[in-house]
Amino acid sequence: MSDARNPEFTPEQLAEVRRLQGLYPDKRGALLPVLHLAQDTFGYISLEVEEYVAGLFELYPAHVHEVVTFYTMFFQKPKGRHVVSVCHNISCYLMNSKGIIQHVGERLGIEPGETTSDGRVTFLTVECLCACEQAPMMQVDDHYEGNLTNEKVDRILDGLP
Amino acid sequence: MTEKIFTRNFHLTDSHTLARYKETGGYTALAKAFRMEPAAITEEVKKANLRGLGGAAFPTGVKWGFIPKASTAPRYLVINADEGEPGTFKDRYLMERDPHALIEGMVIAARAIGSHLGFVYIRGEYVQPWRVLDGAVHEAYAAGLLGKNIQGSGTDFDVVLHRGAGAYICGEETGLLSSLEGKKGWPKIKPPFPAVKGAFGHPTIVNNVETIMAVPHIINRGAEWFAGLGTKGQGGTRLYSVSGHVEKPGVVEAPVTVTLRQLIYDHCGGIRGGRKLKGVVPGGSSAAILTADEIDFPMDVDGPQTKGSMIGSAGVIVMDDTVSIPEALMVVARFYAHESCGQCTPCRESTGWIYKMTHRIVEGKGRKEDLDTILDVAKRGAGTTICAFYDGAVGPYISYIEKFRSEFEDLIRSEAHA
Repeated sequence: MSDARNPEFTPEQLAEVRRLQGLYPDKRGALLPVLHLAQDTFGYISLEVEEYVAGLFELYPAHVHEVVTFYTMFFQKPKGRHVVSVCHNISCYLMNSKGIIQHVGERLGIEPGETTSDGRVTFLTVECLCACEQAPMMQVDDHYEGNLTNEKVDRILDGLP
Repeated sequence: MTEKIFTRNFHLTDSHTLARYKETGGYTALAKAFRMEPAAITEEVKKANLRGLGGAAFPTGVKWGFIPKASTAPRYLVINADEGEPGTFKDRYLMERDPHALIEGMVIAARAIGSHLGFVYIRGEYVQPWRVLDGAVHEAYAAGLLGKNIQGSGTDFDVVLHRGAGAYICGEETGLLSSLEGKKGWPKIKPPFPAVKGAFGHPTIVNNVETIMAVPHIINRGAEWFAGLGTKGQGGTRLYSVSGHVEKPGVVEAPVTVTLRQLIYDHCGGIRGGRKLKGVVPGGSSAAILTADEIDFPMDVDGPQTKGSMIGSAGVIVMDDTVSIPEALMVVARFYAHESCGQCTPCRESTGWIYKMTHRIVEGKGRKEDLDTILDVAKRGAGTTICAFYDGAVGPYISYIEKFRSEFEDLIRSEAHA
């Protein structure tokens, strides 16, 4: 079983890596897309995943590490099955993101940056997601939820399997 | 009611499909552009007075003209869809609701600059816009609107969608190119400018989503028509992202002659609950804040400058009289401290330091010298860094304090008495 400690793409995924690399004038251009694929596959980007991906690009692991650590969307440790990211930037702040952040934390029993002990939800505060017209808002996995109230937050969190 | 250009199809549920786009005149500009000389396309865009709509407002046609004529190297067209300026959300709407206008604009721009490969750099969090645009790109390939010998024109052009991974600095064009090359998003020293040495070391034009989406309309209806919609400094309409304490926040399309007051009161229903306006940021969080009596100017590239601010991304952030300006500055300062890429010392150190000072002021632990220290640090660092990120941070640092100084002083003084 391939995982973040022992990462290996399937033959199909390796073909996808080659396809992505072929889209760019220099195959290194595909590093971010391949890291997205790796995170989707292995759950997070461990040092082992960095080393594995480095091998696919003929890069040193340190080069991949400096990329992984630069971007907020790459997780370097296991995350929950769901990621809830509440915006705390200016427009959401103006529309009470502080209250929403406090409510999410109480409801989940964790602080921003933490994951619930059952591994269900990782809770983050993030900078502007550019959906300010629906402030206060948050991202739940791959979609946006806006015009948040405590009640709406409860419905959303309770609905996460 | 003024004419809608960018948002003309927003009310249609299938506005993102090729069928609907073509039914409403889509891809007719492309056919016209294929009959034009590349230089004539660039000339038309110059005459239209189209300015970059991502934030820097550089004249688009002039930028296209910077590609070295003699160079035989591959040229790339890169679309900056890394929308990230706090208070801005227009490109998300445009990509979700009119993706084919972006594709058509890209093919026309590619013809103008002689490019056969384009990239769209979309911020990683924008999963839905990416899905919609990806669907549109597939439709365009299937219909022969992308790929080899487009519409029998002899023109080849491919489009690659590229997802970012969470970093505001990648919206800065050279940081974006570093990221596209598979590196951390560190900006590069200019010159050389991307038009000379850009993505993967080759001549590259980087344009914002909305900017490129104006191009089909300019080609179809002419430069004079587009220029005539605007002011001396800028042609056309544009999308304003209005958020904060207005009754109806959202995307507003208006000619660039629209005033900030009209945007707030006529288009967005005024301040929520009939409250009073306290401050407004006209162009995304990097623009200087304005007071309630500084909102009577056209929202083109020049208007906000007359008040010491900038149009930036046209993200209008409205604050009513309940807002604590020091706390709002702390929120903004936290953002710049978090997003500084760390490459240049003045930016890396000052953004962190200034955030800490604003934080302690809000906590009631401010020192009386803090305000002057922030202003001094802000002013010394401006203009000393590789990219414009720190200059953008300086806009709010200075303006929030200079325009609302007594509010900061009250917080500091109240602690002295405690």
